Amino acid sequence: MTAFFQPILVLLWKDILLEVRSKDLVISVGVFGLLVAVIFNFALNVSPQQITSLAPGILWVAYSFAGVLAMNRTFMREREQGGLEGLLLTPVSRDAIFLGKAMASFSFMLLVEVVLLPVFAVLLGFSILSWTLAVTIVLATLGFAVVGTLFSAIAVQTRSRELMLPVLFFPVILPVIIGAVQLTTVAVGGEISVGLNRWLPLLGIFDALFLVICPWVFSVVTEE
Amino acid sequence: MSPAKADRAVRVQGLEKSFGDWPVLWDLDLTLDWGQLLVLAGPNGSGKTTLLRILSTQVKPDFGAVSIAGFDLKRQPNQVRRCVGVVGHNTFLHSDLTCLENLVFYGRLFRLQNPGKTALEVLAQVGLEHRAGHRVRTLSNGMQRRVSLARALLHDPLLLLLDEPEVGLDGPSVAMLGELITRWTGLGRSIVMTTHNLELVKSWPGSQGHLDNGKVRIGEDRPSAVEETGPGL
Repeated sequence: MTAFFQPILVLLWKDILLEVRSKDLVISVGVFGLLVAVIFNFALNVSPQQITSLAPGILWVAYSFAGVLAMNRTFMREREQGGLEGLLLTPVSRDAIFLGKAMASFSFMLLVEVVLLPVFAVLLGFSILSWTLAVTIVLATLGFAVVGTLFSAIAVQTRSRELMLPVLFFPVILPVIIGAVQLTTVAVGGEISVGLNRWLPLLGIFDALFLVICPWVFSVVTEE
Repeated sequence: MSPAKADRAVRVQGLEKSFGDWPVLWDLDLTLDWGQLLVLAGPNGSGKTTLLRILSTQVKPDFGAVSIAGFDLKRQPNQVRRCVGVVGHNTFLHSDLTCLENLVFYGRLFRLQNPGKTALEVLAQVGLEHRAGHRVRTLSNGMQRRVSLARALLHDPLLLLLDEPEVGLDGPSVAMLGELITRWTGLGRSIVMTTHNLELVKSWPGSQGHLDNGKVRIGEDRPSAVEETGPGL
């Protein structure tokens, strides 16, 4: 068991160290998310009555687009000087390599989301003190990071990688985004047709499925 | 790692590899003994790099059987990866990490007992111990190639696969590479390397092969390294 998790932690350590040095991912993604929040705030001029219907959508549009930016960088870094090749030359299982990269993406996205959340709360006028919101963000971000890491690994091999990633990624991640919007609506005091006890387990099931399927697909696509 | 009990370092039988409709390697047989250096030359596109990439598990062959130190390439790829050290066209290094951090990172992935100590030892072997704490991006191209060589030596592999390792190296660095290769083969480890500079490697102990149109021709003075070749394209 340790043999499986050790390389995941090593990869996570390496990506965090690189991000601490360059800060390019967290800063660019954070600034982008902030801009989306400000633009939506002024474009829609959300009134207190509209908060429950508009705020969740705005929040997850910003998180989703910012997340795609982050995913674009996930394997670009490995592409420089053949870092991915170097990884594949080590006797580490492809699953562990994938999960290491996915955990790094998850950490960076979560950090950006946690920093942006109070800004959204102030601009749109909702409370962030909600367990539902916290669990939703963690579960949705996990699914986002796992699927995004897989498609980042696929897209980085293509010529128009920045375009390919969202085209491949959004159709697959759509259920997670819909679930996250629904749960956030509940968290900010709104009502939804399907209850909390449906969407929360559904997000968990999506994550579990992605955590099984994506490492396997990654192993297949990196075979050659 | 000490040389394994397998009788040969490399054994290739009936290897074939095509990219689309373009055959690169064709019915290639190759045997390399322990402690032997095989220098492969040949024109661009002759399949030198492809052969090394197959031996290092980076590319799958279409047909043929390949074993490294007795481990089958298809069935035991992770064991093969433990046995080979690779220097490719890319350095496989992260430019924002220091030399030491890069090597410790790879050392941990190879599950070395003391990656920090081993990293400093291999950096000393390539004459860069004084640059251990410097970021890779601050090093010259030649120095980065030497760190890449250190990365290949890190896990004490049985077989070194060097793809034009002399490119970008200055005179003293090439001399260091020659000494390292001589010492390595003296320890009973094997090396397959490609080069366009056959003059350079004339003084090094080993066999010279020429890869062209899917065929490997061996220097007449040392015919034992590559036993058989496939048909031309």
